[in-house]
Amino acid sequence: MMLAEIKDLLKCKVLAGEEDLSVDISQVVASDGMSEILAFAKSKELMITGLTNIQSIRTADIAGVSAVLYCRGKQPDKKVIEFAKQKRIPVLVTEMVMFDICGILYNKGLKGVS
Amino acid sequence: MGGELLRENFQLQGRNFDKAGEISSEIKVILKELGIAAACLRRAVIVAFEAEMNVVMYADRGTVTLVLTDKAINLEVKDEGPGIPDIDLAMQEGYSTASDEMREMGFGFGMGLSNMKKNSDEFCIESEVGKGTSVFARILLDSHA
Repeated sequence: MMLAEIKDLLKCKVLAGEEDLSVDISQVVASDGMSEILAFAKSKELMITGLTNIQSIRTADIAGVSAVLYCRGKQPDKKVIEFAKQKRIPVLVTEMVMFDICGILYNKGLKGVS
Repeated sequence: MGGELLRENFQLQGRNFDKAGEISSEIKVILKELGIAAACLRRAVIVAFEAEMNVVMYADRGTVTLVLTDKAINLEVKDEGPGIPDIDLAMQEGYSTASDEMREMGFGFGMGLSNMKKNSDEFCIESEVGKGTSVFARILLDSHA
């Protein structure tokens, strides 16, 4: 599923990487624990998290995920968004809670990594 | 092990959460520019990042030495800090001594050391309470192409 479809499905606002929404997403890693993301991400996933500090983008970069989605409408600082742009990682935010996001994406055929 | 192709030293500053992870990002750029295969690169930077976060969270200061040979990526991370009283316990997934501040950063869930070990082909850790901790990790270039 294209990131652009996920954006529409979850009514997301794009905070960074508007031009990179054509990336294909088939797997998802969801956690507020950055070590969990690092332990399970295999690269190219969508990373869903409620953690909006600079470490979320650093973790995304190190783990090699394709995009970051912040849940519960949480807004990161400007410097976090700038850092994501610098690393060319698309960042989206939705008002939905993590449970609902995961349920919707799972129903659409996306799978978690384990 | 093999001819040394590159050696770089980096300084880490303890408790500087804003800068935490910068060295690992730098290491990623260096290894990527050298054309290291994606899977090896990924494992190496995960080890570097977890080690860097541990130094930032717990220690006063530390160093990272990156040595690339024709066979492996070697990472040595040494810190001056509180040390680890029981390494076997610390290596257990889920065991953590993290503070709330560390958890707010998304770390300190007791997975860092096990993540480092999992992503290394050779891993060893030594620690002296009150002095500091040293971690050595080797990631072979040809084992995960």
